[in-house]
Parts: sequence; structure tokens; C-alpha cells
Amino acid sequence: MPSVGKSVPHDAALGHVTGQAPYLDDLRPLAGELIVGFVGSPVAAGELLGIDFAAAQAVPGVIACFTAADVPGRNMFGVITHDEPFLADGKLLYRGQPVVLIAAENAAALERARKLVCIEYRESTPILDVEESIRQKKFIGPLRRIARGDVNTTLAEAPHRLRGTFTSGGQEQFYLESQAAIAYPGEQGQIVVHSSTQNPTEIQALVAEMLGVGQHEVVCICKRMGGAFGGKESQAAIPAMMAALVASKTGRSARVIYNKDDDMRVTGKRHAYLSKWEVGFDDNGRIAALRVAYYSNGGISTDLSLAVMERTLLHTDNCYFLPVVELTGQVCFTNLPSNTAFRGFGGPQAMVVIENILQAIAEHRGLDAFDVRMRNLYGVGERNVTPYGQLFDRNHLPEIYATLAARSHYRTRRQEVTTFNRESRTHIRGLAMTGVKFGISFTTKFLNQGNALIHVYTDGTVQVSTGATEMGQGVNVKIRQLVADEFGIDVGRVMLMPTSTEKNINTSPTAASAGTDLNGAAAVKACREIKRRLRQFAAGRLADAAAGLTPSASHIQFREGHVRDSRRPQQRIEFGQLCAEARRERVDLGARGFYATPGVDFNRETGQGTPFFYFTQGAAVAEVLIDRFTGELSVPRVDLLIDIGRSLNPGVDHGQITGGFIQGMGWVTTEALIYDAKGELLSHSPTTYKIPAITDVPPIFNVATFENNDNTRNVYRSKAVGEPPLMLGIAVWAAARNALAYFSHEASTALRLPATGEELLRCITLGETELQQSLESVEAARSAGGIIATK
Amino acid sequence: MQQKITLTVNGKERTVTTDPNRPLLDVLREDLGLMGPKFGCGERQCGACTVLLNGRATYSCATKISSAKGRKIETIESLMEGDKLHPLQEAFLAENAFQCGYCTSGMIMNAVALLREKPNADTEEIREAMDRNTCRCGTYTRIMKAVESVAKAGVMGGKK
Repeated sequence: MPSVGKSVPHDAALGHVTGQAPYLDDLRPLAGELIVGFVGSPVAAGELLGIDFAAAQAVPGVIACFTAADVPGRNMFGVITHDEPFLADGKLLYRGQPVVLIAAENAAALERARKLVCIEYRESTPILDVEESIRQKKFIGPLRRIARGDVNTTLAEAPHRLRGTFTSGGQEQFYLESQAAIAYPGEQGQIVVHSSTQNPTEIQALVAEMLGVGQHEVVCICKRMGGAFGGKESQAAIPAMMAALVASKTGRSARVIYNKDDDMRVTGKRHAYLSKWEVGFDDNGRIAALRVAYYSNGGISTDLSLAVMERTLLHTDNCYFLPVVELTGQVCFTNLPSNTAFRGFGGPQAMVVIENILQAIAEHRGLDAFDVRMRNLYGVGERNVTPYGQLFDRNHLPEIYATLAARSHYRTRRQEVTTFNRESRTHIRGLAMTGVKFGISFTTKFLNQGNALIHVYTDGTVQVSTGATEMGQGVNVKIRQLVADEFGIDVGRVMLMPTSTEKNINTSPTAASAGTDLNGAAAVKACREIKRRLRQFAAGRLADAAAGLTPSASHIQFREGHVRDSRRPQQRIEFGQLCAEARRERVDLGARGFYATPGVDFNRETGQGTPFFYFTQGAAVAEVLIDRFTGELSVPRVDLLIDIGRSLNPGVDHGQITGGFIQGMGWVTTEALIYDAKGELLSHSPTTYKIPAITDVPPIFNVATFENNDNTRNVYRSKAVGEPPLMLGIAVWAAARNALAYFSHEASTALRLPATGEELLRCITLGETELQQSLESVEAARSAGGIIATK
Repeated sequence: MQQKITLTVNGKERTVTTDPNRPLLDVLREDLGLMGPKFGCGERQCGACTVLLNGRATYSCATKISSAKGRKIETIESLMEGDKLHPLQEAFLAENAFQCGYCTSGMIMNAVALLREKPNADTEEIREAMDRNTCRCGTYTRIMKAVESVAKAGVMGGKK
């Protein structure tokens, strides 16, 4: 019985409910293992003049201290551009930047030693926000541009024009398991690194470079992560290098476990954006031309910022056709930890801009934003080419929008909201639908590859190793399902092994929602190679000359734990028995599969190409309730409808949709990163940084998938689900803006992201000022006996 | 200053010699080898470290070992009876009420404390009690369903 399409429990389900699925820090220390901590830069910008760690080193239990001078290989590292120091060298670039490593035999010694390190420095003025880096022209990488048509002329000729500046804040990944690594030395300088990473291949390469050894001398292993959300795509590197350096220098096992506060202070987050936009449109709100200039807060180094910005430019259209468009993107340098991947990867920052513009257009024209959105949706057979020249086919958006509007009773509830807002003196309600069209594939072409190693044993059980890393998203169980169905065996007979660079080489990060697409497809290819060999063998084994059954590989089937000839299916052999026999006949039962996504290509110089293999599509309707006196926002109802093709595992996918939405809702409402004037993150712990809690979940929360069968391109006609639902959370922000629009235009236009209670109150107060002024002018006019025009 | 501290952990009396200011979580994990409770935030916020102290859900990351002296500690490791899962473990399993799994042991222990006290807790009571733990993967709707199913079945006492 096939397992694909069934809600097979998560790979480690039993381990999780019994507390017995180990994360990195649950691994027992090896004999003599050292605990590694660091002392970071006390300033966000400055010159490093000297480091005195003599007193720290003298603390009993402290084994060694290391600085950049001790790095045997390359101290500079990065994803592609190596422009970030592992340990501070000459310059101090952000607060908390690791300067000195301390390796100790126990935590108490480490804590004592940390306080005894003296860092001598000359402080300079840091750049902390995008505005300042624009003023100083401190940029990272080139300005990127995607354009189509004559924007100036079309804007000038458009019947209506609006312009604005939009700011969206960053977001802390807040994986519950903080960054962690354990490294221990092998023979002759070899190093084994266990890392909580989405990208073991990159850890392997960076550790090798840092130590000045070959990649073949480093093994990186990742069994599971306690959450990652993009935060461990590139930024697991520093802790892994810390552990590796100490292990290499001391010959002892070394463990680095960040605590939550340090993790939040020193690791990168979702990029905050400043976006300047100008739009031209007709009477009905249909966009004629759009210009957006994006500036992202990159932090101190390139990291993944250029790719994040690229995805921003590629998602400005979101679900909407932009006939004439000019998009530019510039990553800005700031003295903050290098900002990095977070689920959505620049997509959310773009989608919220266009969804905001559509709200603005609707308000300006006195239209319902839903109607404006419908008029701007990508068409089927027309109005279907993206600004970057990719044909958007298999467009389900018109049906998704219409279906969700009906199911959520959008029109009726619009009436209710309007009536409520007219009558309530304490609260305002808002309602909005927003959509998601998320391009699946890495926009960096070479990353669109995966490999898998399949070992079939002589009892018919299977071990699978791929480059995919498990962070809770369920990639392991999905790949197990694919492999089980390929061999026609029970999913319990397939095991997913820890991700290791020893088994799978040159892998891509588990990111871009493509973990199952790439690694699952590679696993299927490996299975088919083994099946090809087994078919040959089984054809002979099942042939029966007496019965006139000639050997025929094409008739061999793998079903229900058995192998059979379809011409005489009752004469079947148990899969394990066949494997054992095949081995004795010297048939190879192992294979490696390699998959490269076909047809994807994007030229970032021209801004044109086909960067995406397909699009995951969906929409959300959210309703909010805002207290007019406190700004407190709640979300009484949410309806989601999302197209994820043919789901490999509805249970897992449903969880991704719900959880992704909640994370997106956090980004747009409560998750505010607050820094002081010196670049210190003030909201550096869960006491000051508010992620969604169980009480924030909408009491009415309808989640549905849009069933379809047409994603023939991808493995088993499935679609990627990891990131897209996060952007459905934007509906909550749009609903908040809609609520403010009932209050005053000034209030709704002023709304930034996140829409925290403070931010909403600020907007409401603006509106009140406007209201107050108009009331005062009415009074003045009255007392003067004049007549005034009302709006 | 090291002290000898005796406490009951998962039904067994244990004596540890330790700094009395050490967090209970560290003693459970490092000295007693109980890796079920996790370190999340260290600040009584996320609840990944939740254990029961005399039956009450407690943030073990921010509880001094000295204050556990002579008391009864229960961790996730105590829930199974032989090979048999606890009803709440069964329910979390049935509802797939986790993704990365890091918060799960704390969530389950918190729910155990609640349902022992209020075996038929209603939706509001469950939501309020579970609010002391966070799940960044956002599996809340399933966590609610899992705890509600046990409360409705009344298998931890109360009405069936």
C-alpha cells in the first residue's frame, strides 16, 4: 500500500514525545571535552587595539584562549564572498562580534574567565540603519535592477498616481535550539564536526579553509535541528569554526552552545527594508506602472544578502501583473550582525510592499481592496509574463482568490466590519485578503542540485542518506515515503540516516523550500537504478520456461513488499528474499542518485530569465480587532487556501502551512527588534521580543489546500510548502491597515511593519490629531458663522 | 560552596553534591543524565525546560537546585510505564503535535500538570495553561487538539 499521500508521522515522532530524540547538546561529552565560549566586541564600530587574556587564561580549568592570530588558515569566510572575519581582526564591526575564544573544562571556569578578558579599542561612530548607509553610500554588492517598459512615461500618463515609503522590520529566527556545534579531532589533523546546520557542506568547506586543511579532512554531520527557519543556513558557521579551531588546537573534543541572549545579539536576522515606491493606475485601480527602490539592512557582510535582495526583486509582482515596472535593490552596510536567511528569504519584504500599495490604491479610489486585487491578478493565457520574463503558467490564483472569498464570506463580513466600525467607540475591525505566489528554486542556479545514497540490505530494509537536513519540516519522512513507494515496501523498512558530508557531497543547503524537491528526486533516481538491476535479476528468477513465461524486466513490479511478474502476479517473491538472492548473484544493491532541476536559469545582469521551476500559490483572509485606546490587536478569524500540488504527506504539509502562517503573523504584528543608539539589541530575549504564543492563534482558523494534479514537473507532482505559508501572514498586516483606514487615511498610510500595539496606537493618534484638527476647524468656522466643505 | 542535596527524581531518591545555586535543569541533564528537559531561553519564557516540582509545572532552567531539596521532581522520562506511552504522549503522537520537537517534552509535562489538577480542563483552561510554553514552529492548533482529546476522554481522572 503506497505511503505517499498519507499522513505518516514525523520521522522522530516517538523520540519527540518521549524526549529521547537527541539534539546536539543532548550528546554526552567525550572524555576531556572542553566547553567553548567567547568574549565579544564591546562596541559596534571601532579599532581593535589590543587583547589581554592573560588573567583569563590563568583561571583554573581554562585550557586555552584563541584569537584571530591563532587561526591557521583563512580567518575571512562567507557563503560566496569571503568578507566576514571569523574572529575580529583589526576592526570591530558589531557589538558582540567574537574576539576571543575561551576553552575551559567547566562552565564556571569559562564564566569567570570571560569577565577577565580585556579588549582595548578605539570606538568610532557606527552605521545602524539604512538611511545612514545611504547617506554615506556604504553599500554591499552592486545595485540590482529588473525592469520592463517605459516607467517614467507610463507613470506620467497614468490617470492616478501615488507614492510612498514603506519600512518593514527584521525578524529573529528564534529557533528554540540555539546555535550549537561539537568538534573532535580524528587522526592526523582530521576533524569531525557535529553542527546544528542547514548546510553541512558549507560547514565542511569553511572549517577546512579556516584550519588550512583539505575538505577531505573534515566531516560535518547533522542529525536534526531544534528549529532553524533560515537562521542556520549560513550562520551555523561561526560556532562550528569555534569548535573546530579549539578541537584542532587542543586535540580535545570542543562544544559550543550559544545561550539565547548571545544568539539573539550576535547572529543575523531577517533583513529590515526601506522601500520607496511610486505607482500609476486607472480609475478601477488597475496598475499601469510601478517603481520600487529597495534598500535592505545587510549588516557587516554579504552573507546571503544579495540572494535575499534578488528574491525581493523577483517577488514584487507577487500575484499581480505589472505591465510596466522598474525595480531596483541595494544591500546596505550597517554595523550589525550580518543579516541572513529567514523563511521567505526576501519574498515577504517584497510581497508586503505590493500588498500595501494595493491597499493604498483601494483607499485612494474608494474601492474594496479585494476588487482591486482581483483586477490586478495575473491572467490565464494573457497578462501572464513576470517582470523578469518568465511565463507564469498553471495559474490557479483567480480560482483560489474567488474560492477563498466565497468560503470566508468576505463580502458579508465586509458589511459587518463596516457596520461594526460605525457603531463601536472602543474597537476597530479590519478585513483583508492577500495572496502568495512563491517561486520555487534557488535563484542561484548551481544550488538546484541534490544527491542521495541508497543502501538496500539483504533483509529488504533500506538506508537513505541525502544532503537534506531535518529541522522539523518533515523532509526525512517525505523522502522515506518516496523510497518506500519506489520499492513497494512498508515505510517502516526505510530509515533516513544523519546528514553527513561523508555520505553526500557538495550538497546545497536545505533551504528555498526545495529540500524534498531536490533530495527526494535524487533519492527516487537512485531507487530506480537499483530497481533496474533488480528487475533484470527478478525477470530471470521469476521466468518459467515450462509455463511459457520468458524473462521480461519490463513486467517486473515492486508491490506490497514483494516483487512479481505482472503476467503472473501470484508467483511473487518477498522483497528481502529477492535482495538476498540478488546479492549472491553479485547484483549491486546500492546506488547514488543525482538530480539537477531542469530548465531553471536567471541572468542577474539583465534581470531576465526563468529562475523558477514552478510556483506555490495561495491566499489568506484575515480579520483583526484593534483596541482604539491601547492599540492591542487580536486576530479573531483567518482562512487560508493554498495550492501545494499533490501533497506527499498532508499531515506534515498542513503543519507547515499553519506554523508558517503563525510565524508570518508574528513578523507583521508583535516581533519588533529594538536597538539602542550604540547598536546594542535591546530586545535580545523572549522577555522583550514577543513571538506568537498559543493565545495568539486565531480562534477561527480554517486551513485548506487547493487540490490539483498539474505540477507534473516535480517529484510525484508535489509542491514545496516550507516558506510560502509564512507570507500568508501578510493578510494580518493588511487587515490592520484596513482597520486604520476606517479611522482615517492618515492613520492607515502611516502604518509600518510590524503593526505592534505601540505602532497601531501611534497611527491611531495621528488619525485623532487629524480628526481633532478638523473638528476644531468646524468649530471655528461655526463660531465665525461660515460654511465649510466637508470631505 | 558545594552542598549535598537530596531530592526525588522520577520516583527515585537521588543525592547530588553541587553548588546550590546551579539551575535544576543543569543538574537533571549533566549530573543525572536526563536529557528530556531542554535549555531554551534560560529566562522562564519558552518552557522547553518544564519539569514538575511537587506536581507543579516549573521552569527548571531558572529554578535553583537548592529549592528542589527534598521535593519530588518529574521529567518526561518518568511518563512511560514500561513500553506504554502516557495518554498525553499518545495524544501528541496521534495529532503530530510537534515539528522540530524541541519544545515537546516541556509542552507535555506542562499538560500533565494541568490535567492532573483538572482532568477535564476545558478549551479556555487548556489555552491559558499552555500559554507558559512556546513553540516557534507554530504547532499550537495541534497541541490544543492533543491536550483537549485527553481532557475530553477523561483518562487522567475526572469524568470520562
